[in-house]
This record gives sequence, C-alpha cells and structure tokens, in this order.
Amino acid sequence: MLADKDRIFTNLYGLHDPFLKGARARGDWDNTKALMERGRDAIVQEMKDSGLRGRGGAGFPTGLKWSFMPKTSDRPCYLVVNADESEPGTCKDRDIIRHDPHKLIEGCLVAGFAMGACAAFIYIRGEFFNEARVLQAAIDEAYEAGLIGGNACGSGYAFDVILHRGAGAYICGEETALIESLEGKKGMPRMKPPFPAGVGLYGCPSTVNNVESIAVAPTILRRGAAWFTSLGRQNNTGPKVFCISGHVNKPCNVEEELGIPLKELIEKYAGGVRGGWDNLLAVIPGGSSVPLIPKAVCDEVLMDFDSLRAARTGLGTAAVIVMDKSTDLIKAIGRLSKFYMHESCGQCTPCREGTGWMWRVMMRMVEGRADVSEIDTLEQVTRQVEGHTICALGDAAAWPIQGLIRHFRPMMEERIATYKSRGAAPVPLAAE
Amino acid sequence: MNVVTNVEDRGEPFEQPARFAFDGESEAELAKIIARYPAGRQASAVIPALYIAQRQMKRQTGSAWVPVKAMDAVAARLEMAPIRVYEVATFYFMFNTKPVGTYHLQVCTTTPCWLRGSDEVTEACRKETGIQGWGETSTDGMFTMTEVECLGACVNAPILQVDDDFYEDMDARKVQDLLAALRRGERPAAGSMAGRQASAPADGPTTLTTLRFAPEK
Repeated sequence: MLADKDRIFTNLYGLHDPFLKGARARGDWDNTKALMERGRDAIVQEMKDSGLRGRGGAGFPTGLKWSFMPKTSDRPCYLVVNADESEPGTCKDRDIIRHDPHKLIEGCLVAGFAMGACAAFIYIRGEFFNEARVLQAAIDEAYEAGLIGGNACGSGYAFDVILHRGAGAYICGEETALIESLEGKKGMPRMKPPFPAGVGLYGCPSTVNNVESIAVAPTILRRGAAWFTSLGRQNNTGPKVFCISGHVNKPCNVEEELGIPLKELIEKYAGGVRGGWDNLLAVIPGGSSVPLIPKAVCDEVLMDFDSLRAARTGLGTAAVIVMDKSTDLIKAIGRLSKFYMHESCGQCTPCREGTGWMWRVMMRMVEGRADVSEIDTLEQVTRQVEGHTICALGDAAAWPIQGLIRHFRPMMEERIATYKSRGAAPVPLAAE
Repeated sequence: MNVVTNVEDRGEPFEQPARFAFDGESEAELAKIIARYPAGRQASAVIPALYIAQRQMKRQTGSAWVPVKAMDAVAARLEMAPIRVYEVATFYFMFNTKPVGTYHLQVCTTTPCWLRGSDEVTEACRKETGIQGWGETSTDGMFTMTEVECLGACVNAPILQVDDDFYEDMDARKVQDLLAALRRGERPAAGSMAGRQASAPADGPTTLTTLRFAPEK
C-alpha cells in the first residue's frame, strides 16, 4: 500500500487550502528556479528516467513526448494541457484542478520550460465551471507572485499560462480536436502526420499532455526518478489517481501505486463490491473506452498498463466502473454506445454512421429483439469502424461492444431466446 | 421578430430577437479574454465570447441562450465569417440555441450515473417539474430538462447539474428538496448532497490522514 508520504496529490480531497499559501505549505513552488536551472535536457532526461507514462489514457512515455519538441524554432512553441476530462468513469483531473491547482501550474512551467514553450494553454471542459474558477484564481495569484509571467520564478524565463474553457464536446479530449477547438473551430480531429510537435496550435510546435502527467512533473523532479521508479512496477512506474465508481459501497478517488490488484483497490478503498466480492459481475477498468472484464479476470488482474493489456483491456484513465450482478450489462454497454453516438464529431463516415447503427442494434439486443446471427454482424461492424477513422473515437465505440460479446455472448443469446420464446414476430436481419 | 421552428423538439416555435448588442459588462469581459490570445488569433475567443453572449441573455431576459443575432455580434467582434460562429455554436452542446427555463436541469444518464440511479433522478425531475421529454421547458418557464453525457464527477454519481453547478450523490428525495429550494429562490451550495468531502469515501478519507504540513504562513 502506498504510504501517505509517497502520495503526490496531498490535497486530493480538498481538506486544505488549494491556493498559494496552502500549496506552498505542501511543498509546491519550493525553489522552482533551481529545478529550471538544471536545464532543458536534464529535465527531459529525468522525466524519461522516471518512466512516467501519460495519464490521459494512451500511456505514452511523457519524457519521450517532450523530447519530440524542436530544440530550436523560429516559431513560438506551446504546451497544451488537456483538462477536457470527459471519459465516462473519470473524475481525477477535476480533483487536481480544484484542490491542487498549483501543482498543475508549476508543472506547466517546468514542462513548458523543458520543451522551450512560451506559454501553456490549459483546455478545461466547459462543464467544469467552478473548477475553472478555482484554477483561474490560482493562475492569477501565480502571476501576482511572479511565479509565472515575464520572469517566471526569477529565472529570467518568460512563460504565460492561459486557461481556456471548452463547451461540452467529448471529442475535444482528442489532442488534435482540442487544438482545433482552441483555435476557435469545431472540434474535429486532424489527420496525423503532421504531429502536433511539428505543426500544432496555430501551426506551431506543440505538445499536448494530460493534467495528471503535467501535475506530477515537479514532484518527480524534486524527489528524483529513482523515487518514482521505486513505486509501481517495471514499465508501469509511479503512483496514479484511480476513480472507483458504480456498484461499490463507497465510491471514491484514491492515489495508489500502479500495479495494485484490482480486488485490493476495490476492497481496501471503495468499501468493496455492493453485496460482497462474489456479487461482482464485471468491471470496466479504465474508463468507458476499454473492454470490460468479467469477475474471473477481476479476481487476479493488476491495475497497470501492461497487465490490463495482457487481459485484453486497458488501464486507460484508471477509471474503474464496477457492476454487480443486478446490472443489465447489455444495457450498461448500450448506454455507452449512445454516448459515442452523441459524441461522434461526424467527420468520418464509419464513426458517424457506425456509432448510431451500433447503438440501435444494442438497444434491440437489450430487449432480445434480434437474431442470434446478428451478434456476429454487430461484432463485424465494430471491426469495420475500428481503425478506419481519423481519431480513436471509432475504436473507443467499438471496444466496449467487443468486450461484451467476448465475455458475455451467452447472456446476449439467452436474452434473444427469451424474447423469441414469448412468441414475438421474427425480426428482419439487421433491419437498421 | 422571426418565428423559427425548432426541428429538435417537435416544432415548438420560439422567437429570435431582432437585434443583439454586447452591453458594458460583456464588453469588459470580452476585452479581457481576447487579450489572452496571441495577436491575430482572436478567433480563439469564440467559445468564451459565446458564453459571454449567453450570460448576457440570462441577465437581460432570464433565459441563458444564444440567438442568431448574438452569433452575428460575436462574428463581427472577432472578425470571423458568421457561418464559422454558427458552426461553433451548434457543434458544442453547452450553447443553447433556443430559450431555456430559469433553471437548466442537466441530468447525467451515462453509464456510471445510470448504475447509481440516474433513472430515479430523471423520474424525480419529471415529477417535480411536469416535464415529459428531454429538452422541454416546464409550463411555468422555471425549468428546462436536458439529458447530458458524462459530467466527469463519476465517483459522486448520480449528478444533477443546475446551470453551472454540480449537485452530486443525488436521489429522488434530494431532487425534490433541491427543486423546492430553487422554486423558493434559494440556491443551495453545490457539491455532494450526501455531505461527503468531495471525492473521499462516504465515511471520510482512508488516505492522506497521517500528513502534517508546514504551517500556512
């Protein structure tokens, strides 16, 4: 179990002052100038050595990402912080923003400095209105205290932090859609390449990082890569904020080491599954986009990138959605299909048309008003959406359904059989 | 005044105002926000500007929405083609392109909220307001009820968002109490309605209990 002294987000629950006085008492902004004096290369190297993998879902090594930024550029460079937290099940960045905003702002400065950026744009989802107010107040006081601005922390480095609110579009969590939105357009993802490190915000070199990835950076630099790698497991280092929602006795956020067994996470921190562990049906371990895993897998699986990947799912945002045996699992996944239909930006045909089609078929699967062969049709359609779109939203819409079919096909067949046994009229095949 | 038919909710007509101009308060906010972006990149301020317009409508008419004339005003102010502003105003879900009630009830029904009883919250909202379908406004003009996708507060599910505030850990009874308070003109503090400390477990934090920080100077 992670000791309190090794937790990074020491005000996760907002029991203390989120603003500058409180933040300084918790160790933030402690001689940040000295961190910067180590130099760009040393900071990037330390981040690489820490093994930190991006906390926004894809798990790409953060230090490596920073190193993609050009060493010299005749155009301004930007750090863009993805605070568009909208993945169903996920609510970790919200706590960082409202309770530990200075960790994020200080992280923006050291990360921005390490990649030669002149400014950080923090793109926060529009619904986080009150959270944005806290963060803006924290940014304002950081400017006033000279921590950011023309001479950030007395380092001679000029660095701005700009908060930008989105307006209710999940797709803007995709990095290139986020950049489009920040430029004042519809949030429609761009083709890659070129990658943002070459052509990003306003056509300038940019790096997009998740809130948590940026907010942990100052602590990693202070305590060292060796400390960070001593936590978690190999290739899955460090602590991570987990969100445990759904059918548990005490839903909560908690910071723990990567690699903690899922069962321990749920039982120790979230008060266990409602009705006991044996009442567990399935868990979505990393936010709505990753395939669910049935109880048998949950019994043993560890909560880290590689272990969950081996279980044919993913750590994603580490948002654990727990479903007990009372759950209509087909409906739970069907509701996610509706989510993706609503949030598809409409740019790519397979996603725009496919998400609606998958939702309509899933709604018939909920009733059982379908033919057993349509389960295969549905599975095939998810394969035709997956990998055939500009961004990963199409994949994200496909995977939950694939997970359901993989692990709970008999449940779907039973539902269809029950419907048929009631003597209802046969359904035309895939009549959508 | 043009009468425009709204295709989304079975054709209830509503009026588009004939004109819109930013007032002093909005102009001051706009100037501050546009200055944040690099020179020549003022289009970045389109979302903030639409929010400012929506808030001004709330101040002036009691209903937070963005009429077409307000989109035109944003376009003129940011030197954008009006169509680019229309695109943004209709792409993003948080801009109301038709009038809403005094209070905008936004019920999250995505899976994590649904697992924790968002059906009960929806039903209670219906019962208290008399609203039948999503997107409709109560006959007294007090409430509009909208189904929203994940609000990002899932460990405090289910969530009922009223205007900009999240009311968390809801159930039917708490919806009843909240809406009654709103009718009385009160505005209960946002956050967990079950008295939880933010996202900590219901009976208090099990972590971060052993830390002592330096005195806050």
